[in-house]
Amino acid sequence: MYLELRFHGRGGEGAVTAATILARAAVLEGKYAQAIPNFSAERRGAPVEVYSRISDKPIEKHSQVRNPDAIVVLDYELIKMVNVLSGLKPNGIAIVNSPVNEPLDNVKTYCVDATKIAKSHNLVISGWPTVNTAILGAVSKALGIVSIDSISNAIAEQFSSPNIAKANAAAALDAYKMTSLCGDSY
Amino acid sequence: MIKTLTGNYAVAEAAKLARIKVTSAYPITPQTTIVEKLSEMIEKGELEAKMIRVESEHSALAATLGAAAAGSRAFTATASHGLLYMHEVLWWTASARIPVVMAVAARAIGAPWNIHVEHSDVVDQRDTGWIIGIAQENQEVLDMTIQAFRISEDPRVYLPVIVGLDGFILTHTVAPVNVPDQKDVDNWLPPRRQPYVITPESKIAMGNMTSDDDYYMMRYSIQVGQEAAKKVIEEVDQSYGKAFGRYYGGLVECYRCDDADYVMVLMGSWAGDAKEAVKILREKGINAGIARIRFIRPWPAEILREKLYNKKGVLVFDRSISFGNAGQLFTELSSTLYGMTNIRGVIAGLGGVDVLPEDFANEMIDFVNKVEENGKVYDPIKWLFPAKYRNVKIEEVVS
Repeated sequence: MYLELRFHGRGGEGAVTAATILARAAVLEGKYAQAIPNFSAERRGAPVEVYSRISDKPIEKHSQVRNPDAIVVLDYELIKMVNVLSGLKPNGIAIVNSPVNEPLDNVKTYCVDATKIAKSHNLVISGWPTVNTAILGAVSKALGIVSIDSISNAIAEQFSSPNIAKANAAAALDAYKMTSLCGDSY
Repeated sequence: MIKTLTGNYAVAEAAKLARIKVTSAYPITPQTTIVEKLSEMIEKGELEAKMIRVESEHSALAATLGAAAAGSRAFTATASHGLLYMHEVLWWTASARIPVVMAVAARAIGAPWNIHVEHSDVVDQRDTGWIIGIAQENQEVLDMTIQAFRISEDPRVYLPVIVGLDGFILTHTVAPVNVPDQKDVDNWLPPRRQPYVITPESKIAMGNMTSDDDYYMMRYSIQVGQEAAKKVIEEVDQSYGKAFGRYYGGLVECYRCDDADYVMVLMGSWAGDAKEAVKILREKGINAGIARIRFIRPWPAEILREKLYNKKGVLVFDRSISFGNAGQLFTELSSTLYGMTNIRGVIAGLGGVDVLPEDFANEMIDFVNKVEENGKVYDPIKWLFPAKYRNVKIEEVVS
């Protein structure tokens, strides 16, 4: 098993943390994993990419992910600004925080309204809903590689405050339950 | 215990396991999270150490040297412009023969401003007397940092050590890291040793003016320490391997290089991608391997001669350049292997430009073709331009 993912988010939105928690979760399951941020500069709001690799063998590569098996979009507005499908493998999938429940062009797309879920758990920092943990519920569901329990345990590892960890894990679990192929009923 | 850590946090964990007593640093991307983490550990009471806050990198190393001279295991970290600003004190530290460990988050040097990986900052310290290692991945970052204290404090060496880790590609990338138990590190790492200790009572002056003759002899003694470090680094790596199960090859990691006809030589994180390239090349029938430089100082000349003298060709990848000549690894290696084999230097990945396994493989295929056509190849510089500039007229781009 060897998977490469690319996360698309905005600076300050938590894409790096999302990929880090996913790596933690995979490692908790005895797998090998990486999360590689790619900043052009640390600007809040600017589009950022984060690369993720998960494998059952040690990972040697450190270059960027060019042909992901899956892309994860934290911010729906980005699909108008960035070619999020660039280099996606022919049978690759998209996992999108989507308010509209529509698939991306000719790609098997999983949708979840992570923004709504984050707000319902009061996961809002400086006016921004933090969707990065909710989206991981969707990643767990869509990929079937890392379990939602491991995501939950990794969230507990990531956040020093048990209350914050609890709210984030609850958001991930809600998203896990609500994620479906786009176009299916939410 | 397996933890999922960034390279920077792996450094901080290692410094904590080595029970450093003093750290002094000035923030600079991509190093900052190392000392942030240490500061947090001190604040939480997990690490009994003092953090000395200073106004610059020059002072950061001066404070670290002072603390070390006073008998403390001391540590600092920096990168890029911070390291260049510190450069003078690197000479003072090595010349004082005081053991110190410093992490360098290898980063490009402006202008234009660039925060991404390059080896120019680290390589720029080649001639200061410091021992200089560069790791490939996060586990090695932790292990090399712990080993660095033992190397630096070995009485045969007594020289400061740099642990290089690639900016962002390691510093900010998380990966699983096996973090040893404190008691195992305590058993393995001897108590601090150093040639002399400054105390309020001691009658020692540091950095005083000496006769030219004595100065000359002290320069000679640094070289003796560097030469001894070749043996010590190998010993320490073997001993660490026995204690913790991870041995990296001492000064040079030989990856499928023994039976190889052609060998790539490089250092840092992209060696992992080059290893993928070796798999691609071997499938195509090219017997390729890698000699990964783990320590550029002391320079592993003997090992490289022994491993490479009879190869059909050696392809060197430099992530830095000595303007007006060639990449520094190339110049070192071509002097070590003078006349022994075909050699080419490739300048790639400057300022964090991504280099893929396919790029390494294609460069090797091109080199092999040239060797097979010409019989004799000596190419100091081949530029591997960024992908977007490969099919354009370069004269127009740089005019």
